[in-house]
Amino acid sequence: MNDSWKLGDRTLTSRIIVGTGKYKSLDETRAALAASGAEIVTVALRRVDLSSKEPTVLDAIDRSKYILLPNTAGCYTADEAIRTLHLARELGMDELVKLEVIGDPKTLFPDNAATVEAARRLVKEGFKVLPYCSDDLITCKRLEDAGCLAVMPLAAPIGSGLGIRNPHNIRLIIENVGVPVIVDAGVGTASDAAIAMELGCTAVLMNTGIAGAQHPVRMAEAMRLAVEAGRKAFLAGRMPRRDYANASSPTGGLIE
Amino acid sequence: MSTSIAVVINGQPRTVAAGTTVLALISELGLGGKPVAVERNREVIPRAHHASTILADGDRLEVVTFVGGG
Repeated sequence: MNDSWKLGDRTLTSRIIVGTGKYKSLDETRAALAASGAEIVTVALRRVDLSSKEPTVLDAIDRSKYILLPNTAGCYTADEAIRTLHLARELGMDELVKLEVIGDPKTLFPDNAATVEAARRLVKEGFKVLPYCSDDLITCKRLEDAGCLAVMPLAAPIGSGLGIRNPHNIRLIIENVGVPVIVDAGVGTASDAAIAMELGCTAVLMNTGIAGAQHPVRMAEAMRLAVEAGRKAFLAGRMPRRDYANASSPTGGLIE
Repeated sequence: MSTSIAVVINGQPRTVAAGTTVLALISELGLGGKPVAVERNREVIPRAHHASTILADGDRLEVVTFVGGG
């Protein structure tokens, strides 16, 4: 069954987007990316370490296999995020970017107002913007109106692994915006990813859920399978919930 | 006339020869051919201008690349 999805003018088959941070080695990064089946991987922009000649994450990412999605992690204002993405664009990127404007260092919750402002400016400059935001429908609508290619509400705080804290909000967002909804942040294990997909999300973005597992490569595969399973369950349409039992075996013909 | 100028690269002071271009600086830093982007005094220097952009005394440069992130 062809179950591809569109992100702007790109057609994608994988519904998992993975980060490249926090791995123990570049070999582990490489193996986890492969096991996840991701087509898009995120990266951050930082100063070059002038004292080190070690290989960098770009040596672990085969650019012919993966689309790089630069993020604006660590930016607290629209200006900082835009400045970061101007530099990212210089690194020969496609215009696809993950916008995050953080509002608070403890929770890493987004500053939604600043995110919307940055999104508007970036879209005008020709960037294709995927914004990280709260699981808030109105913010998501504003971001859609700003011209974002997708919206990326959080499931829970970044790196928390707490899973989908408010599935109802995620569902309301899915039902009321026209662009793909990608749950970003908070997915801790395979069932969290499956729940996101069962709710009808287009895709899931995760980093620590894989990199922070005891066996990241195995978890990457588990996440790939969970995303596929959740997607298939969504397409299949789950049975209605009932308050009481409904026998699976015939109630007649019992021996006496 | 001074033959060297003082610049700040990624927050660290450094002395380079007067007339050094951005391209030459990248090479001097051992980053020739590496994927790096350069900002001078908060303005991005497009790659096509690296060879023609000459550093000035007091320039503040950011030399950045991609690292692992989520």
